[in-house]
Amino acid sequence: MNLWDQFLWVIFPYLSLVIFVLGHIYRYVYDQYGWTPKSSQMFERRMLMWGVLLFHWGILFVFIGHVMGLLVPIEVYRAMGVSDHAYHLLALWAGTFFGVIALAGILLLNMRRWFISRVRTNTETMRFITDGLLLVVILSGLFATVGYRIYAAQYDLPAEFEYRENIAPWFRSLFYFAPQAELMLEVPLMFQVHVLLAFVLFALWPFSSLVHVFSIPLGYLRRGYIQYRSSNPQAARARERARRKGQQVPRPERSRNVE
Amino acid sequence: MQVKAQIAMVMNLDKCIGCHTCSVTCKNVWTNRQGTEYQWWNNVETKPGVGYPKLYEDQERWKGGWTLDRKGRLKLKAGGKLRKLLNIFFNPDLPEIEDYYEPWTYDYETLTKAGPSDDQPVARPISQISGDPLDLAWGPNWDDDLAGGTTTARFDPNIRGELEESVRFEYEKVFMMYLPRICEHCLNPSCVASCPSGAMYKREEDGIVLVDQEQCRGWRYCVSGCPYKKVYFNWETGKAEKCTLCYPRIESGQPTICSETCVGRLRYIGLILYDADRVQEAASTPDEKDLLDAQRSVFLDPSDPEVVEQARYDGVPDDWIEAAQRSPIYPLAIEWGVALPLHPEYRTLPMVWYVPPLSPVMGFVEGEGSEADPDDVFPAIDELRIPVQYLANLLSAGDEEVIRNVLKRLAAMRGYMREKNLSGAGADEIADSVGMSPRAVEDMYRLLAIAKYEERYVIPLAHKELAAELEGQQGSCGLDFAGGPGSCAPAEPNGSRRNEAFYAMKEKLEQRAGELGSVPAPNVQFFKSKADFESFHLKGRPQGGGA
Ligand code: HEM
Ligand code: SF4
Ligand code: SF4
Ligand code: SF4
Repeated sequence: MNLWDQFLWVIFPYLSLVIFVLGHIYRYVYDQYGWTPKSSQMFERRMLMWGVLLFHWGILFVFIGHVMGLLVPIEVYRAMGVSDHAYHLLALWAGTFFGVIALAGILLLNMRRWFISRVRTNTETMRFITDGLLLVVILSGLFATVGYRIYAAQYDLPAEFEYRENIAPWFRSLFYFAPQAELMLEVPLMFQVHVLLAFVLFALWPFSSLVHVFSIPLGYLRRGYIQYRSSNPQAARARERARRKGQQVPRPERSRNVE
Repeated sequence: MQVKAQIAMVMNLDKCIGCHTCSVTCKNVWTNRQGTEYQWWNNVETKPGVGYPKLYEDQERWKGGWTLDRKGRLKLKAGGKLRKLLNIFFNPDLPEIEDYYEPWTYDYETLTKAGPSDDQPVARPISQISGDPLDLAWGPNWDDDLAGGTTTARFDPNIRGELEESVRFEYEKVFMMYLPRICEHCLNPSCVASCPSGAMYKREEDGIVLVDQEQCRGWRYCVSGCPYKKVYFNWETGKAEKCTLCYPRIESGQPTICSETCVGRLRYIGLILYDADRVQEAASTPDEKDLLDAQRSVFLDPSDPEVVEQARYDGVPDDWIEAAQRSPIYPLAIEWGVALPLHPEYRTLPMVWYVPPLSPVMGFVEGEGSEADPDDVFPAIDELRIPVQYLANLLSAGDEEVIRNVLKRLAAMRGYMREKNLSGAGADEIADSVGMSPRAVEDMYRLLAIAKYEERYVIPLAHKELAAELEGQQGSCGLDFAGGPGSCAPAEPNGSRRNEAFYAMKEKLEQRAGELGSVPAPNVQFFKSKADFESFHLKGRPQGGGA
């Protein structure tokens, strides 16, 4: 294994993941004000509706698919009695289905980014890059899933490329800090490209509006409807506690004149 | 009973001349930035008219505010929490920029750079959003003074049923009034309830509704959730912004910019004490027409000793209670009952109330062919359907009786004072006829007509003494506290790197807090843990619109 392979399958992925993690921390600490998907719904509604809905629901299931393929070891499936063939049948059909949905969505989103004047004028470079990169990543992913079968059929290769025996263990090995770069060497080019592009995306992620992914507001379900905030939260809490116990709360003195 | 204080406003619509000064001064202070060009936190719309944004009052379309479910429980009109989360990628009820208007400027460069030529150079309008040339088709006050009203005004959501017919057929006779609007700083704000991020809040002390700019994630549900469309999306920052009730001014006892600069001097600001425990119940009142009374019943009489006792118990400072007792809002809304909330049927319990204008009625009475005696407008108030019904749809959920009573009181006030000025004695029977004492009529006259500055604005200072002293810390090393991460303090003569200035401040504050009894020295003890630090820096501190 040469240095180039080491770079592609060890150094670069780690670089990208470190940037991903530290970048998010940095952004979270220093840029709460910029943490938003920065909606453009006010500027254009119809294309956005289709684009955003197709893309998000598609990508949600694509993400689940990736967890199933990459994080869950193949042994688990075998132990559960899911045959390799059955797995790949599901992966092919469900993967392609949701992949195409996500693709249609991101395609629409890219088109409106570029072709609708007031959306384009108010798009930062990073947004163009990440939207475009998402398109390319999804395209390459679909190309790997569907394209490989077509390619394999022509060359009499096994129709199902078992990425759970090379890409997946390699991916997991990154997190055990025992990277097994050699696993990636024999992987077909289209899978390699998909993986590398995805790591480029991860490196840009924290500096783009994609950070909104980590803000799913589940707290809303638990929170009361009307929120109050006090300029002196401690005193307010003390008052609330005393109120519950039915006690009298000593009170602040009168206001002094403040200029 | 849990007493909370709320800063409230009343506008006396008869005096509004539609000059838009309030809108302009607000804009110059708060929304003259990119991304906010189209936002008018204060706007003045001509009624009848479609308003700003267009047809915002049509809640069947926008789904703002609250409604009751089949069991009579209060729920957001746009649907519950789960429904919002499932729709979070795309907000189906959000207005587009066209519903407000596309902001524009002019291509002045063609003027300044024009060479000699036979033709007059023209500066074309260009969009402030895309920079493209724009064909102007709508603007922030396109239907000002009923301009183009024949085509637009009849779509006004307050014109319905019988009104629709008369307005369509007698358009030239239609009345006109101005309606200045700001955020209502509601007691039951649906914007706050709609925010999935928990970034919107009501201030505990004075009820001002704000958006935490750091916590806002730009889901835009507040924008659609507010039935008055008074939360706006800043397309430059991707965050929501809204009227702040000029809280920095309010805190220092000054009226809001829009009030201070109001040419008609028609705005009143003061405190209302209300029972926070009864807000939900009042907002859930089954019959819309009872909502006005329900909201009034939530307000507490600040001179009732029992209320004062409870207010002190609930931590309302004495000078605030005193300010509530001098508040111009309480008499206008409760004692004389001449101020009414805008669209109480939205169930948000709005806190900017309006004294309805008598002028549409006078317009009819004094109009061509009228037989009525302008001195005796009572019969006209009883008979006139159009303006009264319209005002009722605007201010009392359609209850015309409420409007009639208020208009009669306003008319009686004029009659009483005219009588007094002419004959030298008050005409007690006029006051009697509207169920008011002569004294009350004169007080009302003083507040509405003389309208002294000090009587219009009774705003107590915010209790920021501890927080204010803490500002002394600014510029010293903010993170250099016990257990904190900072170490930027210069080495002290004794060699330690402790920030002595900070510790001196801390001691002083703790000592002060001790003198005040149980009040902790909040912002200092805070820094004991990360959570406290965050709650001060990210949550505890009120964040306004703007940066
Ligand atoms: C599950 C949590 C997520 C939520 C709540 C969410 C929500 C949103 C919202 C509200 C918008 C703004 C749409 C608009 O009005 O312009 C948006 C845009 C976007 N989201 Fe998400 N999103 C989530 C996850 C994701 C994921 C996992 C990805 C990608 C891997 C993603 C990629 C994008 C992109 C690229 C846009 C920009 C679309 C454009 O170009 O206009 N989101 N998202
Ligand atoms: S009027 Fe103001 S407080 Fe009331 S719902 Fe709208 S934005 Fe919220
Ligand atoms: S209170 Fe202040 S922010 Fe609100 S509308 Fe008036 S001037 Fe604007
Ligand atoms: S400044 Fe006063 S009089 Fe002029 S439009 Fe505003 S509210 Fe009306």
